[in-house]
Amino acid sequence: MERTTLDLWVGLFVVAGLAAILVLAMKVGNLSTFNMSESYTLQADFDNIGGLKSRSPVKSAGVVVGRVTAITFDNKTFRAQVSMVIDKRYQFPKDTFAKILTAGLLGEQYVGLDPGGDEQVLKGGDQITKTQSAVVLENLISSFLYSKAAEGDAKK
Amino acid sequence: MLDRSLAAIRGTGHRVVNGVWRLGFASRFFLAVLLHSGISFRRFQLTIKEIYFSGVLSLIIILVSGLFVGMVLGLQGYETLQKYGSESALGTLVALSLVRELGPVLAALLFASRAGSAITAEIGLMKATEQITAMEMMAVDPIARVIAPRFWAGVISMPLLAAMFSAIGVFGGYLVGVVMIGVDEGQFWSQMQSAVDFRLDVMNGVIKSCVFGVAVTAIALFEGYDAPPTAEGVSHATTRTVVTSSLAVLALDFLLTAFMFRGI
Amino acid sequence: MPTENLVEIRDLNFTYDVRPVLQGINMDIPRGKVVAIMGLSGCGKTTLLRLIGGQLKPSQGTVKVTGQTISALDQQQLYRMRRRMGMLFQFGALFTDMSVFDNVAFQMREHTDLPEALIRDLVLLKLEAVGLRGAHDLMPTSLSGGMARRVALARAIALDPMLMMYDEPFAGLDTISLGVIGNLIRHLNDALGATSIVVTHDVQESMKIVDYIYFMSGGKVIAQGSPDEIRALDSGFVHQFVHGEIDGPMPFHYPGASYAADLALEPAHA
Repeated sequence: MERTTLDLWVGLFVVAGLAAILVLAMKVGNLSTFNMSESYTLQADFDNIGGLKSRSPVKSAGVVVGRVTAITFDNKTFRAQVSMVIDKRYQFPKDTFAKILTAGLLGEQYVGLDPGGDEQVLKGGDQITKTQSAVVLENLISSFLYSKAAEGDAKK
Repeated sequence: MLDRSLAAIRGTGHRVVNGVWRLGFASRFFLAVLLHSGISFRRFQLTIKEIYFSGVLSLIIILVSGLFVGMVLGLQGYETLQKYGSESALGTLVALSLVRELGPVLAALLFASRAGSAITAEIGLMKATEQITAMEMMAVDPIARVIAPRFWAGVISMPLLAAMFSAIGVFGGYLVGVVMIGVDEGQFWSQMQSAVDFRLDVMNGVIKSCVFGVAVTAIALFEGYDAPPTAEGVSHATTRTVVTSSLAVLALDFLLTAFMFRGI
Repeated sequence: MPTENLVEIRDLNFTYDVRPVLQGINMDIPRGKVVAIMGLSGCGKTTLLRLIGGQLKPSQGTVKVTGQTISALDQQQLYRMRRRMGMLFQFGALFTDMSVFDNVAFQMREHTDLPEALIRDLVLLKLEAVGLRGAHDLMPTSLSGGMARRVALARAIALDPMLMMYDEPFAGLDTISLGVIGNLIRHLNDALGATSIVVTHDVQESMKIVDYIYFMSGGKVIAQGSPDEIRALDSGFVHQFVHGEIDGPMPFHYPGASYAADLALEPAHA
């Protein structure tokens, strides 16, 4: 058994293939921007999550700080429980406000974190108590129509 | 009249029985390949040689096609996206379509016509020139010695080729979108990175291409092994390899996509 | 035990689909001899070789090699048996993706753990025996038909088989190659202490080298004997075959409707 030029070509081929997967992972995908091993989990309950999905981003001041990991429905409170992992580098005060926002008019929905002024910071497993639900377009339109109708009634 | 319809019915029945028979033989063949795979790993040199023939020699066509497909995606995607003022999503569009679909599928189709047909022709000719029989007479199992290493070489090469296709395709999209048209470079990459998930998109693409590799190589090997040992038989088998494996890739792609991206 | 039979075939029948190819064949191949099986193309000679090699299973009857019934062996036992057999295929069947050297070394590498240096010596020895040591690094595609067959012969004797089978070794060769192959068959047989079965329709060439001849026609053995006895037969099919006469018991015309009927000069089903 000896080494041949053929082995060299096959070796180069395999290296190039693995490098391509690596490029797809790091440069194209988000493996480099988010490392699961250094993160902590937060919970938040919402009345309505709209179009939020598992793996949606969690942003603060527009910066991606984490990702939604699970969405479940609580049968007692009838609210949606959202779990998210946050990068260890970012710390948020206890009274942080969690909102469900939309990127642009028709963009994807994400969780926005507005930091409060508390001295203590949120730790792994903590619950964010102050939340604001997603804006549901139908509700917005119907409330707008009702208020218009009410205005019209008042004018009569 | 009665004669003719009877003949038609008989012909149909004959074809159905033949088809089922062939399918059964193909399954047994596939099982035999898996059972006799030991030698392709114990003597990995055999497999390396076949990786060279089916993988390395397919590189040029894969890379060139990948580059062009990425460039076309960049151009077409820009045309459509700019109507909605969302050119910044170009990176997402190019990367997702390549990583999820076009990379694995197109690489597999190219692999079927470049390497698959070559495998069928080679095995068919080895059979026609009694090389397979000679090997059996020398107490060497051709399934283990000839078929299995080619099978595993195909299964190993396919995901690597598909990944290279996707990677160079993204580069092609970058060339057209950022360098030529002038989409903002930062947005191109960052939107792509926030939209493309490693496990969900990249790994699923790799899994897809592994499945395609199994399908294309197994079909190519079986067609070659089952080909009548004549020039005509081998040429028909080669055509059938390209047609059958292309259809198999597209059908499998639908099944896998439905399975992987269901409800997401 | 020099008179013992290496191969014994008893009441062998083989049917392909519904067409009987071999019917009631009985043959003894004595150890150390070169035995020819002669007959016209399509009379079942090659089928007989495949039955001996275990590639086909008989419909009836037995083939015994060294006392073992071939059709009763499982895959492993059959492969063990085949390691002691060598077969020369009609067109050589060399592996086209390997050099001459690798072709001859193939079985040694597959079946033994010999070091590469020893394999090299053995391969060159085998190639020397067929006179092609100088061609060891050529590819099979650049060999002439006669050379390819000699390489295939070197490959077949790579593991010093006890039984050599030759499928039409003389087909399509020029007269010089013909003599070379004929001589090799005889000399290798005697040098290796092997037993050889030569399937052929080349009467003149094989008569020179064989010890015993079986004549087959229509799937049956119709005559047997030493070359001299065969030559002495003066009637019937064997005579026609040996002396290459055009018409005789074996008609020139393939059976069919009469010529006149085919030309529509008379009604076919008159």
